[in-house]
Amino acid sequence: MSDITRLTAAELAQKLQAGDITSEQATQAHLDRIAAVDPTINAFVTVTAEDALATARDVDERRARGEQLHPLAGVPIAIKDVVVTDGVQTTAGSKMLEGWIPPYDATLVEKIKEARLPILGKTNMDEFAMGSSTEHSAYGNTLNPWDIERIPGGSGGGSAAALAAFEAPLAIGTDTGGSIRQPGAVTGTVGVKPTYGSVSRYGLIAMASSLDQAGPVTRTVLDAALLHELIGGHDPKDSTSLPQPATGYVKAAQEGALGDLTGVRVGIVKELTGEGYQPGVQARFDESVALLRDAGATVVEVSCPSFTTALAAYYLIMPAEASSNLAKFDGMRFGLRVEPTDGPLTAERVMAATRGQGFGDEVKRRIIIGTYALSSGYYDAYYGSAQKVRTLIQRDFTAAFEQADVLVSPTSPTTAFKFGEKLDDPLAMYLNDIATIPANLAGVPGMSLPNGVSDDGMPVGFQILAPISEDARMYRIGAALESALEKQWGEPLINRVPELEAQA
Amino acid sequence: MSVSSPDLVAYDEAVTQYDPVIGIEVHVELGTKTKMFCSAEVEFGGEANTQVTPVSLGLPGALPVVNGKAVESAIKIGLALHCTIADSCRFARKNYFYPDVPKNFQTSQYDEPIAYDGYLDVELDDGEIFRVEIERAHMEEDAGKNTHVGGSTGRIHGAEYSLVDYNRAGIPLVEIVTKPIEGAGERAPEVARAYVQTLRDIFRALDVSEARMERGNVRADVNLSLRPTPESPLGTRTETKNVNSFRSIERAVRYEVERQAAILNAGKTVTQETRHWHEDTGITTAGREKSDAEDYRYFPEPDLVPVEPSREWVEELRASLPEMPAVKRRRLREEWGYSDIEMRDVVNAGALELIENTVAGGVSPAAARKWWMGELARFAKENDRELASVPVSPAQIAELQRLIDEKKINDKIGRQVLEGVLAGEGDPAEIVSARGLEIVSDDGPLLAAIDQVLADQPDIVEKVRSGNMGPVGAIIGAVMKATRGQADAGRVRELIIERIG
Repeated sequence: MSDITRLTAAELAQKLQAGDITSEQATQAHLDRIAAVDPTINAFVTVTAEDALATARDVDERRARGEQLHPLAGVPIAIKDVVVTDGVQTTAGSKMLEGWIPPYDATLVEKIKEARLPILGKTNMDEFAMGSSTEHSAYGNTLNPWDIERIPGGSGGGSAAALAAFEAPLAIGTDTGGSIRQPGAVTGTVGVKPTYGSVSRYGLIAMASSLDQAGPVTRTVLDAALLHELIGGHDPKDSTSLPQPATGYVKAAQEGALGDLTGVRVGIVKELTGEGYQPGVQARFDESVALLRDAGATVVEVSCPSFTTALAAYYLIMPAEASSNLAKFDGMRFGLRVEPTDGPLTAERVMAATRGQGFGDEVKRRIIIGTYALSSGYYDAYYGSAQKVRTLIQRDFTAAFEQADVLVSPTSPTTAFKFGEKLDDPLAMYLNDIATIPANLAGVPGMSLPNGVSDDGMPVGFQILAPISEDARMYRIGAALESALEKQWGEPLINRVPELEAQA
Repeated sequence: MSVSSPDLVAYDEAVTQYDPVIGIEVHVELGTKTKMFCSAEVEFGGEANTQVTPVSLGLPGALPVVNGKAVESAIKIGLALHCTIADSCRFARKNYFYPDVPKNFQTSQYDEPIAYDGYLDVELDDGEIFRVEIERAHMEEDAGKNTHVGGSTGRIHGAEYSLVDYNRAGIPLVEIVTKPIEGAGERAPEVARAYVQTLRDIFRALDVSEARMERGNVRADVNLSLRPTPESPLGTRTETKNVNSFRSIERAVRYEVERQAAILNAGKTVTQETRHWHEDTGITTAGREKSDAEDYRYFPEPDLVPVEPSREWVEELRASLPEMPAVKRRRLREEWGYSDIEMRDVVNAGALELIENTVAGGVSPAAARKWWMGELARFAKENDRELASVPVSPAQIAELQRLIDEKKINDKIGRQVLEGVLAGEGDPAEIVSARGLEIVSDDGPLLAAIDQVLADQPDIVEKVRSGNMGPVGAIIGAVMKATRGQADAGRVRELIIERIG
């Protein structure tokens, strides 16, 4: 049954419900796959095999007793290590939290546990979700299953790679500037950043509170919809959580898969195409737009002029919030504590030594930028201006959504680059998120789905953006494009991932 | 860091030379059931770090949610201080590193307070009303508490290690900031004290806090600066932190006037800094220097949505405000039949509420005043403490007076019983029975005592028989002595006359 790991979550759920396989078999198959390929891929920081199998057996027993279970009950899942899990080490990819065992669950983890999905483990990521390549993890690089010399995207490279390497059928990611969508694009998987506030942030180790959003990482649009409905909805523990329930995504995905987009207006964002986009990326994008047109959609070009300043605004707001959110990592209460070996042992010196050793370069870089941007005398020039830009971006979205039901663009300007290529050039790294960042600044939902491979043989992602709380619309269009593409390819793109050599 | 005795200018002289301007920041801990941003329970005196949640510990991933009850209390305070209540206000982060701040930022209100632009009329000792302008009242959370272990002073210097208790971290606070209080002149210390006292009374009347100074429920920071004349620009100010009794507020202001006057007279300049108040020595010492470099990097708290109290709610709260203490005071004065001066003394002694509660226990206003302003005020003074903190409750005084009214004990015994209560021996009735102080109402033992006295002093008996009633008092005294004061003097008199007659 080695092909259990090739099943989508929806297929797996169906087989579990039909009694064709047990959750224990499904979970064990994925654990075996992890054991075989993760020494190479390094998608996981922590594997929780025993807990996963215990949940799986519990689900099997309940199912045998005829108990009514959640549709995804028994389908294994991996969770990005920035999401707090009770009793299981949560590191956020940082040395700072190595060995930290949280005493509570994030709300989305509570929901996953209530629905009884076996949790396979915690996935690797750029430290505190800062990066676009998973090279900034304190636990080593995660490799891209399409080409292990290349990055799997970031910060959620672990979750995306786990999906692309068939180590898990479902995963949770978080997206502050594109950390779900960009890894999805460069690994040939589906990643969804829901509307800001539609999935609780309670228990997400915050990078930038006003931008962070958890969401599904999957191999199909339908799987993403299933997982989104499970983790979404209002949470009284998160003050920014929206009141509405997370429903209608699965239905929208199923309708979309029928392929009829008559009456749908698709807007191409002028500022997010063309120059600066790798030719292969641009070509796949154009082909996908043609498929949407074939499905009955009207295609228009829209302009969002302020998007050209989104990157600059993002790289002020994000580090400003991060500098404050990361202040709690000081060696006083939890995690790493470094005591200076010389001189007096004051609280201040312990804090400085801990932060000096515990944080990596990228995190320090952003803390310094953020601290500077918030300093009195500079606040208005930097943070204040960035907030004004944010308002302009929101207005651009509003105007664009008057002309189009959804906006589309390539997810990332390039395919996965090679390790180390941009490590010494942070600005080049930041440019990778240019198409994904506007959605975070405005709070609108965004999806990336695989729409082919570029000339270099690496996968390319197609981004769909919808208005706030119109996530269902995104699922409908995404599923329609997915079904048109698969018809063209004759199989899901993910099947073209080269076979990984299992390690002994 | 030794504290040398600095030069001072006598207060009376200082205030002829300089015009003091004060500014007061009062923090009040709200008496909510749970903390400002989480469901951790708030109770005084719990074991360290037991009243915490991931939120109040600042654990990674935890998020705040605003306590609606705390917002309600803040609005009530704002309304009582005649403030404008904001339609929309926000929390901000005040970033600084300190071990008792779990997140290394305090969630506070910065440029958008919930209430602003108000005033409070303060009644001074002589009945004069002084208006204090209020800049703002805003919500924030308290920090935890550090305990420094191993040093001799209990301060961080010389300590071997420090313990942090986060039970207090996240308790809701309202901070009330005055505009510069000008025109108080030599009465600045009194104004400062009376202002905080009036605020405390309002907090209690609103039922938003127990407002117990000794528990740190109410803490005042007092800013003070001197200038040559009321027309001169404001001088450099110092901020004396965490003054925690009414008397200390008055003393701290006086001391800073005396100290700053000495500095200015010596031709030097006052350093802008925070200062610590020392209750024992009655002086302030320099703390942190407040340079311009201090930068809290305030920015709007992204984890919280704005607080937007509806107009309807605010008006509902306004309509439900209780009688304010000043109004109530006028009413009670009339009801109780106290004179202006009696009432002012009662208020200044902090006895109003105590008397009110004693009267509520069935005691006449006159008797209640007699106890609190007499015996108990004396006890408080001798022991250098606030009247409200003497170890006796209004209920106990009411019980004591009832025993007297019912003639179970007399006034003199009553004072002995009160001493017992103050010594922690229990409630008055318990003490009376434990010490066997009940008035001897049974005539038997009284007659035996009278007969003994009469037998001892036949000459007195003769005098009385011959119509001279004067010596009866001496017999009564002797009988009282014989019964250790537990006899009803009236009854003794009747019995003596009966016996001799």
